[in-house]
Amino acid sequence: MTDQASNPIRDAIAEAIAENRVILFMKGTPDQPMCGFSARTSAALQSMDTQFAAVDILPDPRIRQELSALSNWPTIPQLFVDGELVGGADIVAEMYESGELAGVLGVEQPAQEPQPIEAGDTGPAPLGIENRLQ
Amino acid sequence: MPTAEDVKNRIEAAIPESTAEVDSPDNVHFSARVVSKAFDGVSRIEQHRMVYAAVGDVGGEIHALQLKTETP
Repeated sequence: MTDQASNPIRDAIAEAIAENRVILFMKGTPDQPMCGFSARTSAALQSMDTQFAAVDILPDPRIRQELSALSNWPTIPQLFVDGELVGGADIVAEMYESGELAGVLGVEQPAQEPQPIEAGDTGPAPLGIENRLQ
Repeated sequence: MPTAEDVKNRIEAAIPESTAEVDSPDNVHFSARVVSKAFDGVSRIEQHRMVYAAVGDVGGEIHALQLKTETP
């Protein structure tokens, strides 16, 4: 087990979740997702009229390990809104299609029919958890 | 490596009155549709956690588990 007394990665993750109302932990970045599930989830968020922070979990395997320990969720991506885990790729996709995602985010559902989403190019600068750890 | 049949059996053994349809092209990536009365009144997040717990090692040996949970 990890040492609860000193866990800078888990602290940095918890801090990032607390500081960013909408935060997505993913493989790669919104501009360059490295996994289809992460690509779809970040594209769904990008289609919403909302700012979100993105954390690439790939640079350090400990990020994913600590995130999953913190969230009790084994897979990536993971979307948090207001400090709460909303879900992974499947739940976010279901919520996107049903309009629930817009509700959780507090934005209008995009006017056009939801469709198979492509990763866009308007993503925010990704947050680097690993950069905080140096 | 677990087969789709293994994953189906794990889910149906662990979740009461559940039926699971599981597919896998490679025994690493899986997709599952799970129907159970046990999901009644349980949040979607918790429904998925129940399945992950039943399957075990999701994110490890089982690289990905695409999941749809439903009540009958």
